Amino acid sequence: MTDIRDDAPVDAYAPERETTEGTIYTVTGGDWDTVGDGEHDDRIVINMGPQHPSTHGVLRLVLELEGETVQQARSVIGYLHTGIEKNCEYRNWTQGVTFVTRADYLAPIFNEVAYCLAVEKLLGAEVPRRATVARVLLMELNRIGSHLVCLATGGMELGALTGMTAGFREREEGLHLLEFLTGLRMNHAYVRPGGLAQDFPEGWAEKVTEYIAVMRSRLPDYDKLLTGQPIWRQRLEKVGYLPVDGCLALGATGPILRSAGLPWDQRKVEPYCGYEEYDFEVPTATEADCYARYRLRVAEMHESLKIMEQAVEKMEPGPVMVADRKIAWPAQLSVGSDGMGNTLEHVRKIMGQSMESLIHHFKLVTEGFRVPPGQVYVPVESPRGELGYHLVSDGGTRPVRVHVRDPSFVNLQTMPAMSEGGMVADVIASVASIDPVMGGVDR
Amino acid sequence: MSDDTKGTSKDGAEQTGGPQSSAEAGGGDVAAQRAAGGTAPSAGEPERAGAGTTPEGGTRIAPTRERRGMFGVSGSGDTSGFGGLRLPGHVPAPAERPFGGWFDEFADELGAALAERKISRAAIQQVTVDRGEITFYVQRERILELCRTLRDDPGLRFELCSSVSGVDYGADVEQRLHVVYHLLSMTYRRRIRLEVALDIDDPRLPSVVEVYPTADWHERETWDMFGVIFDGHPALTRILMPDDWDGHPQRKDYPLGGIPVEYKGAEIPPPDQRRSYT
Repeated sequence: MTDIRDDAPVDAYAPERETTEGTIYTVTGGDWDTVGDGEHDDRIVINMGPQHPSTHGVLRLVLELEGETVQQARSVIGYLHTGIEKNCEYRNWTQGVTFVTRADYLAPIFNEVAYCLAVEKLLGAEVPRRATVARVLLMELNRIGSHLVCLATGGMELGALTGMTAGFREREEGLHLLEFLTGLRMNHAYVRPGGLAQDFPEGWAEKVTEYIAVMRSRLPDYDKLLTGQPIWRQRLEKVGYLPVDGCLALGATGPILRSAGLPWDQRKVEPYCGYEEYDFEVPTATEADCYARYRLRVAEMHESLKIMEQAVEKMEPGPVMVADRKIAWPAQLSVGSDGMGNTLEHVRKIMGQSMESLIHHFKLVTEGFRVPPGQVYVPVESPRGELGYHLVSDGGTRPVRVHVRDPSFVNLQTMPAMSEGGMVADVIASVASIDPVMGGVDR
Repeated sequence: MSDDTKGTSKDGAEQTGGPQSSAEAGGGDVAAQRAAGGTAPSAGEPERAGAGTTPEGGTRIAPTRERRGMFGVSGSGDTSGFGGLRLPGHVPAPAERPFGGWFDEFADELGAALAERKISRAAIQQVTVDRGEITFYVQRERILELCRTLRDDPGLRFELCSSVSGVDYGADVEQRLHVVYHLLSMTYRRRIRLEVALDIDDPRLPSVVEVYPTADWHERETWDMFGVIFDGHPALTRILMPDDWDGHPQRKDYPLGGIPVEYKGAEIPPPDQRRSYT
């Protein structure tokens, strides 16, 4: 790469142009050796992404390289901006769930729960215990799935293809369970302000227990496959170093912060959804590198299984929606021959017996409920760190503002700090260890 | 304490807020302001004094939008006559001492820290405690100093800036653009919110990137979405929208967009043109 011939012919693949900074070549193909005049430094600006298999979705990285060393790295985002926050302002509070669940699409339950907790805080509503325990169960199930994708895609980006196939195989188990419990594999809109859309189906406890047993038997395989593997360790150890002061300055939370030794986990420090009742550990490390983050994610999956197990025991019969009929939809939904809808009993009641019920149902579904004016900020611990919802209400049936403090968005700012001065290959490892989900970054 | 008499203006509407009411240590300037009629921003704050404040104290966050709409609306294409309801602008109520919980202790700490750093107490225009969260409405010139105080003072230690974002309260509201900061103190496990109200014609305030580097992308997003200019930001460019985009999409006067969709023979208008109940 450093040997540049002076007599290089004009290359159709590398047109040159003069700028104030010197000759710039735009290389679109061919051999680098045939480009350049040898008088200038070897600074190359590489544009990686937004369509690139190892940038974790539509993330674009602009890397300034000298040889294989990254001098400067910048990330360019916005390719998946879908205006979720703005859209929520034009829908009622319940409909907002269907939007926010699509933000961080690998952690949809966390978005739903955080949004609903915020709406409930504005309303001052107390959610029934069964719904809260079910939320915890779903969040931990979702956390396992999200961490598995991180390991799987991270493994794929680093060339550990078996890590990818194994990770997605295990995640599929989780998705099957999520589909059984909520009706959908992703974009559930299952958690609603006030509780849940409907109760778990018959036989959920057995399925969950079965899943826990399967995962207990399979998770140790990751230690065999990756943890002790020399190539995996060489790719990750001492790579993507970000100490605790860097994490705090750049706002990094979640596994990145915990890998630097600070045991900061919202579930422990500001418990929500009754997490103080559950017995689990917050794994931490002090190496602050990609390998530590990998190990933390594996350890967190084991902890999530522990929480799920306890949640199954804590589930008591009872309602899954607040009793307040001004918030709760009048009908619990059920699955019929033509898909999910109102139960037959409810249709019979509103059509045959009670005009008031029909009016009430119509008003609540079309208009929605009113939320007292004010603003709240509710953070939860998503697989990637602090996921916060800042909601502002003016007393109407629609939010004035829904702001998502997405951990991927904030954590992605640490990419330059982790990768500048390192090798190009380590950029991939760093980005994989940040685990940004572009749906959340761009919203 | 002499707080009670000092912190309440003659009509009783003046807020007795946080650092302002723990003001003894801060010396005479507060007393002078109280004597002058209770309007906190004065001499030290030339440009902003008076703007957006009510003459007799009370809340500085002044909404001017009135309730209108409901029935009798014409021209909306809605034959029921229902629609276009606009709720009055929300006024966050100023909090009174005691705030409850850790808020009082924290407000005392903040008052002492401000005094130590010779930052005028007028920097904080209003304190609101709502739903267990405390909000400080901050004068825009002071936001950077205030953030530095909050981060560095050993009794405050807000190490992490969780989020910076904008809120547009919509047309007809005075100072409709708000910039909201959510700060987290891991040492004391406290969360606070700072809020700066801005005029739509002059949406500028100092950047806090030099205190909280994490605010970099947050401020870029707020510029992109709300058109708020953060002076001193290292590279205030668009972040989510394309570089050549016109307008700031999350302002309330920016249309949501969308096209009518035909569903089962009926034409459904785009979401921002449908009947609205608020």
